[in-house]
Amino acid sequence: MNPFSSGTRLRDMIRAIRSCKTAAEERAVVRKECAAIRAAISENDQDYRHRNLAKLMFIHMLGYPTHFGQMECLKLIASSGFPEKRIGYLGLMLLLDERQEVLMLVTNSLKQDLNHSNQYIIGLALCALGNICSAEMARDLAPEVERLLQFRDPNIRKKAALCSIRIIKKVPDLAENFINPAASLLREKHHGVLITGVQLCTDLCKVSSEALEYFREKCTEGLVKTLKDMANSPYAPEYDIAGITDPFLHIRLLKLLRILGQGDADASDCMNDILAQVATKIESNKNAGNAILYECVGTIMSIEDNGGLRVLAINILGRFLSNRDNNIRYVALNMLMKAITVDAQAVQRHRATILECVKDSDASIRKKALDLVYLLVNESNVKPLTKELIESLEASDQEFKGVLTAKICSLVEKFSPEKIWYIDQMLKVLSEAGNFVKDEVWHALIVVISNASDLHGYSVRALYRAFQTSTEQETLVRVAVWCIGEYGDMLVNNVGMLDIEEPITVTESDAVDALEVSIKRLNSDLTTKAMALIALLKLSSRFPSCSERIKDIILQNKRSFVLELQQRSIEFNCILQKHQNIRSALVERMPVLDEATFSGRRAGSLPTSVSTSTGTARNLPNGIAKPAAAPVADLLDLSSSDAPAPSSSGGDFLQDLLGVDLSPASAPPGTSQPPKAGTDVLLDLLSIGTSPPAQSSSSASNILSSIQDDKASLVNLNGLASLTSLSPNATSASPAPMMDLLDGFGPSPQKKEENGPAYPSLVAYESSTLRMTFNISKQPGNPQITLIQAIFTNLSPNVYNDFLFQAAVPKFLQLHLDPASSNTLPASGNGSIIQSMKVTNSQHGKVCTEFE
Amino acid sequence: MIHFVLLISRQGKVRLTKWYSPYSQKERTKVIRELSGLILTRGPKLCNFVEWRGLRVVYKRYASLYFCMCIDEDDNELEILEIIHHYVEVLDRYFGSVCELDLIYNFHKAYFILDELLIAGELQEPSKRTVARLVAAQDSLVETAKEQTSSITNIIAQVANTASL
Repeated sequence: MNPFSSGTRLRDMIRAIRSCKTAAEERAVVRKECAAIRAAISENDQDYRHRNLAKLMFIHMLGYPTHFGQMECLKLIASSGFPEKRIGYLGLMLLLDERQEVLMLVTNSLKQDLNHSNQYIIGLALCALGNICSAEMARDLAPEVERLLQFRDPNIRKKAALCSIRIIKKVPDLAENFINPAASLLREKHHGVLITGVQLCTDLCKVSSEALEYFREKCTEGLVKTLKDMANSPYAPEYDIAGITDPFLHIRLLKLLRILGQGDADASDCMNDILAQVATKIESNKNAGNAILYECVGTIMSIEDNGGLRVLAINILGRFLSNRDNNIRYVALNMLMKAITVDAQAVQRHRATILECVKDSDASIRKKALDLVYLLVNESNVKPLTKELIESLEASDQEFKGVLTAKICSLVEKFSPEKIWYIDQMLKVLSEAGNFVKDEVWHALIVVISNASDLHGYSVRALYRAFQTSTEQETLVRVAVWCIGEYGDMLVNNVGMLDIEEPITVTESDAVDALEVSIKRLNSDLTTKAMALIALLKLSSRFPSCSERIKDIILQNKRSFVLELQQRSIEFNCILQKHQNIRSALVERMPVLDEATFSGRRAGSLPTSVSTSTGTARNLPNGIAKPAAAPVADLLDLSSSDAPAPSSSGGDFLQDLLGVDLSPASAPPGTSQPPKAGTDVLLDLLSIGTSPPAQSSSSASNILSSIQDDKASLVNLNGLASLTSLSPNATSASPAPMMDLLDGFGPSPQKKEENGPAYPSLVAYESSTLRMTFNISKQPGNPQITLIQAIFTNLSPNVYNDFLFQAAVPKFLQLHLDPASSNTLPASGNGSIIQSMKVTNSQHGKVCTEFE
Repeated sequence: MIHFVLLISRQGKVRLTKWYSPYSQKERTKVIRELSGLILTRGPKLCNFVEWRGLRVVYKRYASLYFCMCIDEDDNELEILEIIHHYVEVLDRYFGSVCELDLIYNFHKAYFILDELLIAGELQEPSKRTVARLVAAQDSLVETAKEQTSSITNIIAQVANTASL
């Protein structure tokens, strides 16, 4: 005998490892043992193989790599003794998993063992097969297992049944072969076989609808009878748990009955009696009883409706809910979530208890209860439920707060009956947990506030009050800052007081104080400070008396290290000093943001947005515009993020067609935008029969500037002698500026625009003789440059020769025309000329304004 | 079905793992680490169920060991508690007042018992008596086999000795 391989006994090795004081010591011991084992393996030592494998398994459990032992398992399985096989199969199940190819080598041994004369060896093989077989092995060995389902020994039959479950899960096609044998298992008396048989049938039904039909027809009554016998059986010490005979079998039977009864009225009828009996007779003071009741309730809920039974079930759930045991309450909440689809009314009755659970100390229960409450909310009970939820928000811990806040916000948004209630609730949430509120939520709040014009005064006052008390909530500060900026005058003059409000006196300087605090706060972040700066600018126009003070505050940021703040500070200062005349126009009240478009944009569905400006409509003068005063502050967006992309290429650009005998009818270009009410713009220079200004009415925007605001429209064609011009198209809507305003820094995450957006192609000009289509795109990463591809199609029957297209642009744009694809435009739309242009906007991102 | 069974000590040492769903070796260590963190930190009064990766883990603490079983969402959690208790009682019956040390030194026996109780993640035998009987029968097979080999070895050794004489 090789002295090497006798080594230590398993017990000694374990003792040695456990007595190691440090990890390094343990590693040393393990290394030594592994070396010994490896030597033994290479010597092909027979005698201590199983001891070595046992040691290897222990080492594996400690977490060390043990690949070298895998072949040992195979050798042990192949040997003839029972102890070797036992350890071999155990090693197989522990050290390998089904994805390893080594497993395939075992197939032959398994096959032989499945036919062994020793039934315990058959048992070992079935166990191993059932735990880790792969699909190929399953296919190979299925016939053996099927045969074993009818073996004389019940222990083998039960193992074969469970093994078959794995086989049909791995290879669903084989399910049909097992239907008949499984049905015969249901008639057994041995509990082990019965349980495994029932389980096999359950899984067969899940895998194959054919099996489901078969069992439903043939076996339902038998099963009901078995359950009845079980329920009525006398005391059987072997299977008794907590006074109930074999609760496991009860539960399995109920599960199978559930699957058979679901969707089938006849089968459900069969089971009604026994279900009622089980539900009423089983005692629920022990866990086993509760487990059965839980399963019973689940079954009742799933099968076809029977009023009485349902009531019984909901009552049981109600009892569970008020049980002091946390486990019971958890399962009750779980079941109630499923019950809601079936009988919402009944679940509503338990609302109060469920609300209690939201405040429970157990995190699992809290979460379940919250999910359930969310499902329970409807228009009628949203107010009290929200009140309760907000109360629990105050009491909850940090991780739960995030989830709870999100849920409350979405509830409030979905079901709020009136705006003032919505604003109130959101204020409470913001004061309590503003830091957890997501951006889109407070953006939505601002949209709502701006839409509720009668509530402007109320909102700003409420926000001001809230701001005084809870300044740590960042989002609250932001919303407050925006509102104070917009509606500061209402705050100070107590405009629009509602009856429910308490009077509050806020002076102009108080308002400015508030803004100053929000800038100076240590934990204000960039967005808040940027918003505060704009708000100050607005106030400087609304409260002229504080102008100096505001200027000072703004100036303090002149040297800020953050570019955004510095830029804003300098530009606003400029406006304050030099451009007093335009200041008030610049910071006029924002037009109401369109809620529909806002939610559309949020959903990402609307490609273009139309802003309904109920705000001031402006008629911009025709033609000549003064170049904008420099430097024009981009009030709405300092970053050069791209425009709300898909909005059409608003555009105002001008081109000049020469050499084509156009009738001067400058038909308005087929704009892709519906005209906006309100501001009009116009563009046309040489009004040779051009249509009147109100064309596609929208505020014109420079196609190249990314943001527009209604107030600042742009028109600028200047001294271009040309024939026709085009009216611009509608622009991007104001929700876009809205978002940029609040974002202040870079494209907001909700804007789904991709840089390099593709604007829809625009028919720039169309008459009976000629059509010009522009495909406009921006290069990603280079928003100043717009590429326009012009396609000319001849609609007249005459061929145009020497077709020449020229374009002219205002001074701040640079135009580069590529040569056209040809000079001849064939007749009647048979072909087209394509010409590309590149326009660079040196004042990209800025809005030009002009005045008379 | 039960996806896996874990026995973890209070200090986070793994005493037994049994996997009924395909998890690679790496995934197994990850799972063990995650669940240890999740379960060992839960207080005593809380419910025995945790939601984890879309599955549910049912655990029960017996002295210094946590018995954890991972199940699907639609399984009966209370029943799994019963199964865990069933296993513990069988262990108790086999080892006679089982303690953690028994499970450490005789881990292979713990596995054998578990294999008589669960296959493919489903319960095999509701009767403790039957399980004990089966395990005992197999143990005796092992004993007899050992006696046989040792007796054969003796004979051979004697023969070899006499041959060398």
